[in-house]
Amino acid sequence: MQGSFKRLVEVGRVVLITHGEDAGKIATIVDIVDHNRAIVDGPTTDVKRQIITYKNVVLTDIVVKGLPRTIGTKALAKFLEKEQVVEAWQKTAWAQKLEARKRRANMSDFDRFKLMRLKKQQRDIVNRQSAVLRKERA
Amino acid sequence: MGRLHEYQVIGRRLPSEQEPTPKLFRMRIFAPNQVVAKSRYWYFLSKLHKAKQANGEIVSVNEIYEAKPLVVKNFGIWLRYDSRSGTHNMYKEYRETTRAAAVESCYQDMAARHRARFSSVQIIRVATVKASEVRRPYIQQLLQPGLKFPLPHRVQRPAKKADRALIIAQRPSTFY
Repeated sequence: MQGSFKRLVEVGRVVLITHGEDAGKIATIVDIVDHNRAIVDGPTTDVKRQIITYKNVVLTDIVVKGLPRTIGTKALAKFLEKEQVVEAWQKTAWAQKLEARKRRANMSDFDRFKLMRLKKQQRDIVNRQSAVLRKERA
Repeated sequence: MGRLHEYQVIGRRLPSEQEPTPKLFRMRIFAPNQVVAKSRYWYFLSKLHKAKQANGEIVSVNEIYEAKPLVVKNFGIWLRYDSRSGTHNMYKEYRETTRAAAVESCYQDMAARHRARFSSVQIIRVATVKASEVRRPYIQQLLQPGLKFPLPHRVQRPAKKADRALIIAQRPSTFY
């Protein structure tokens, strides 16, 4: 039972903010106020230091280890740069899915046309090959 | 931000022939605005001294801002409140970032736990308490070094209320 929860609220846990004006950005938990709120700071991702409720946030799998409680913003920025936290986040499948969703939502008509053409070309290559294979088998 | 603000209210009795320069009395009042702050000032002052709004004047009202609003502190609040059958003293602790937020928590807490409204509660003293001197276990549990805990029941909400789906394909999972 104890081991089934892998994502914990702790100093150094990286969180993704889901509600509010900073939605979609990641930040790091710097101090815990109580069972509902934490102080969160994201100097490298343009998130001002603030108190945030756990309801407005999603815990990620990334933890910045060795972070002292109530670390200042500048020192935190140095820690994050050293651990390359933002890069680690952007490499995760989760972040890439969010990015893909955003890109798809922001497509213009011309982008959709280009996508249609590329998909058609892909289909053409695949269908030609499968027709050849079908003939060989028959 | 928040409903309550902390004000410093200074007032005195009106000067008279017997008392050309009356003493100034200063109070730190928690109130939603300056008007209520001045009113509470006279409420308290008339209980402590022979001075009331009719024969006194308020010299100044200034808002007191928190020095470090992004640092969590442990506040101990001493208060006095009227219950339905008597008046009692209490000491409660809150973990907040500003004095005004702690007092607001306290009023909400008193209303919830004891059905005591704003007018029946008198805040006697608000002070930051060192972690080693915290008396209440519900605050002590948050002061352990290396505190960490999971969020066992995750309720997924959409970013905007308008994005709520009336019908969803799969039963939502609450595992984080």
